[in-house]
Amino acid sequence: MDDKLIIKGIEFKSRLWVGTGKYKDFEETAKAIEASGADVVTVAVRRTNIFDRKSVNLLDFIDPKKYKILPNTAGCYTMEDALRYARLARETGVSDLIKIEVIGDEKTLFPDACATLKATEILAKEGFIVLPYINDDPVMALRLVDAGAAAVMPLAAPIGSGLGIRNPYNIKIILEQAKVPVVVDAGVGTASDVAIAMELGCDAVLLNTAIAGAKYPIVMAEAMKHAVIAGRLAFKAGRMPRKLYATASSPIEGML
Amino acid sequence: MKVKINGTDSELQDGVTVSSLLEILQIEPARVAVEVNLQIVKKCNFNDHALKDGDAVEIVNFVGGG
Repeated sequence: MDDKLIIKGIEFKSRLWVGTGKYKDFEETAKAIEASGADVVTVAVRRTNIFDRKSVNLLDFIDPKKYKILPNTAGCYTMEDALRYARLARETGVSDLIKIEVIGDEKTLFPDACATLKATEILAKEGFIVLPYINDDPVMALRLVDAGAAAVMPLAAPIGSGLGIRNPYNIKIILEQAKVPVVVDAGVGTASDVAIAMELGCDAVLLNTAIAGAKYPIVMAEAMKHAVIAGRLAFKAGRMPRKLYATASSPIEGML
Repeated sequence: MKVKINGTDSELQDGVTVSSLLEILQIEPARVAVEVNLQIVKKCNFNDHALKDGDAVEIVNFVGGG
């Protein structure tokens, strides 16, 4: 079954996208990403360490030729900062993709919808492939598509919370209405959460802490790889209807 | 001349360009983006862009993030 995810002409090998934060070291990051089978890898933009001449670079472990690098604007609280980080990210010459993340509240890390919308509009006009992180808000998803978002990335639950999909009905509405791919971003905790997202029909899942925060990250990375595949196949297969009462699987006919 | 690099006050010889600064700091140009006084300096201009006294330079790269 040909089932490729394509966004703005870019073909994705896996429907699992992973972050690179919170790992013990770059070696563990690289091993976990390899085990996850992901081909989109998110990264953050930060000051280079100018004092430690021997400091290693993340991209020495995550080869941009092998993975699609998706820089984010994590940590930005204003539209202006998000634009600044996005433009710097592109200037490295590694990627035109940008995950727009403008935080509106420190405690929940919920996105600032207004700033996200404005940043998306401006960056899409500048030729970025803009993938905004949003709340599970179907109206916001539509506004972002109008503003030029290449995909929308509603959260399952707050970033790093591991609570799983809190509002599958909103995600379903977004899936029905948005004319772009939908990537569940943030809040999944384990493989079953990922499978649920995929069974709903989501195009991909982006996660970080669910792997990095597991007791054995590399094992969880492999679990996530299978969860995405299983969930996607189940979605394509079309699940049986739910029924309140039992229906026997074995025939009555021929019984003694 | 005095230049602020990633928020740290530094003393540099006059005429230092973005390229030579990266060389002094032993930073691989391919891996970074550079901003001077909030304006991005394109990689093709690293060789020609001379820094001036009082400039604020930001050198960024990718780190782990989600």
